[in-house]
Amino acid sequence: MHKQALWTVAELEGAHLRDTSFEIIARGRRLADKLGVPLISIAIGSGIEEVELQRLIHHGADSVAAVDTGALQGYQTETYSNVLTSLIERYEPQIVLAAATVNGRSLLPHVAMRLRAGLTADCTELDIEEETGNLLQTRPAIGGNILATIKTPEARPQMATVRPRSTLPLPEDPKRRGEIERIPFEAQWHDRRVKKLGMKENTVEQLNIQAAEIIVAGGRGMKKKENFSLLEKLAAELGGVIGASREAVDRAWISYPHQVGLSGKTVVPALYIAVGISGAIQHLAGMKTAGEIVAINRDPQAPILEIADFAVVGDLFQVLPRLIARLREERQL
Amino acid sequence: MKIIVPIKQVPETGNVKMDTETGTIIRDGSESIINPLDLYAIETAIELKEKHGGSVTAISMGPPAAEKALREAVAMGCDEAVLITDRKFAGSDTWATSYTLSAAIKKIGPFDFIVAGERATDGDTGQVGPNLAAALNLPMATFIRTIDVVKEASAIQVERLVEEGYEQLELPLPALVTVVKEIAYPRLPTLRGKQRAKKMELLRWGADDLDLDVTKIGLKGSPTRVVKIVSPRVTREGSRVEVKNEETLEKAVEELLTFLNERGFLAEHKRLTEGEKGA
Ligand SMILES: Cc1cc2nc3c(=O)[nH]c(=O)nc-3n(C[C@H](O)[C@H](O)[C@H](O)COP(=O)(O)OP(=O)(O)OC[C@H]3O[C@@H](n4cnc5c(N)ncnc54)[C@H](O)[C@@H]3O)c2cc1C
Repeated sequence: MHKQALWTVAELEGAHLRDTSFEIIARGRRLADKLGVPLISIAIGSGIEEVELQRLIHHGADSVAAVDTGALQGYQTETYSNVLTSLIERYEPQIVLAAATVNGRSLLPHVAMRLRAGLTADCTELDIEEETGNLLQTRPAIGGNILATIKTPEARPQMATVRPRSTLPLPEDPKRRGEIERIPFEAQWHDRRVKKLGMKENTVEQLNIQAAEIIVAGGRGMKKKENFSLLEKLAAELGGVIGASREAVDRAWISYPHQVGLSGKTVVPALYIAVGISGAIQHLAGMKTAGEIVAINRDPQAPILEIADFAVVGDLFQVLPRLIARLREERQL
Repeated sequence: MKIIVPIKQVPETGNVKMDTETGTIIRDGSESIINPLDLYAIETAIELKEKHGGSVTAISMGPPAAEKALREAVAMGCDEAVLITDRKFAGSDTWATSYTLSAAIKKIGPFDFIVAGERATDGDTGQVGPNLAAALNLPMATFIRTIDVVKEASAIQVERLVEEGYEQLELPLPALVTVVKEIAYPRLPTLRGKQRAKKMELLRWGADDLDLDVTKIGLKGSPTRVVKIVSPRVTREGSRVEVKNEETLEKAVEELLTFLNERGFLAEHKRLTEGEKGA
């Protein structure tokens, strides 16, 4: 395998690639072209079919290296860390990128510690410094109050996790060709200490809000639990899911997996509709980078209105029923 | 059961003010507090101690003023507190911080597990937990929301929050976990706790007290460097409509519908429509 390459770590759910695998290729593609090095996508898992790996190439990878064996069924930090650490030591990439998903944010720091590599978490921008060829990694910090740009001048590889949905995958090009290399799994990589006992899938009600294109979020202004049905109706009309501020979650109007913000989830939907949410810094930290933001709030001074692309200053109990009714009407037409 | 909780002192984010001209943080007037996400780790550790016996040691690396955070942890119910402080540690990134903390944890001696918060609200990296697990070669589970001690206190079972739901894992002890806020409801310090915390002797360790490779600590030992800090643009200068009466309500909703339609968000809605018509 080519040394000094740029690697992106693909992420699988079962035997299928997650979309974030393609997003980081799109990120890495620009950087690899600037550096003039190949982009290699690394896939670690079990039972990954050739056609699935081809998709990494169709989305912009130059080649794929896959480690695929039964022992790698399902993410598991220790074993995955052994695999990735060993591959990095063997093939010496200069940059390693992964998505800042739950697993990406567990695996990369584990690997970076062992390799004494520099790692920057949850980046929203990546670039190459002209003079040095170093990776410039930009990320929000202090509750999104600042953007810090970080580099790793000497240690290698330079590692970063990238905020999911902060970039779009490249269009699929089925004519792109590239090599798929299968790297044998070594028995000593298998760490059996942590056992997976099972999995409780989210119910529909707990949908993964981070994957949603449209989020309709409610805050303390919703007044009571029953009123969340208004949000559900709006979300159903638009094909979205429900998000919430901490105030709403703390009042048990909706469960914690729906919480957006500093102590909840960071979301980057194409559309975020904030209803009865004031826009505290800790809430903004979780949704500020959404594509379009609509805010409905009766307080003309509410900070959420400042960052909205479309702001409605008014009583949500007037606006929501009318909006829902109009959407229904449109549907009947 | 001996539990170690690494904590961090952070500025209260709600109070952080930015100097928009220089792009720097105005620290004055912003109170320092225990990283709010660490409170869940402290609470988890104390609850485990109450249930299974043992002790909880809070450990923090930071400036001498981080003593305040440690005393607060003691006031909540931690038994011991260790402050890792030395000029030589200044400028540490997450790698160097974790390296230094791991040396201090080794010095504390045998323990059953480490409970950490999922991330700090200032740096917001969430890297120190996994870093420590790697440095100390402990089995780890991140982002957990429940924890049960099983098999005669030789293992724990946890539920780990992932995108699709919750994974159920079993880890042999000693192990490291990072917790999410769902796991517990942090208690307030009691008066007795506060009194104990006031009087308590903290352990203070500097670089010379730890078995460290000095090339791996502080700014010099840190692989990463901050090159630039800016405050991002916060306003989007979008359009704004006000609802005052029936007429303006109608206008506002129509404009909102136009906005949504122009940006393609009613496409799904249209699809729903067609689906229904077809049926
Ligand atoms: C360490 C830390 C972490 C935190 N993490 C998070 C987090 O992850 N997520 C989060 O959201 N918060 C978080 N917070 C809390 C945050 O500071 C705010 O308290 C919270 O976001 C406020 O929620 P809210 O906007 O729903 O409520 P409020 O601030 O009370 O706002 C309610 C809004 O509803 C409007 N309203 C009321 N009635 C109506 C009506 N009839 N029509 C229209 N508008 C109406 C009001 O004008 C107001 O703007 C955190 C705080 C701290 C200190």
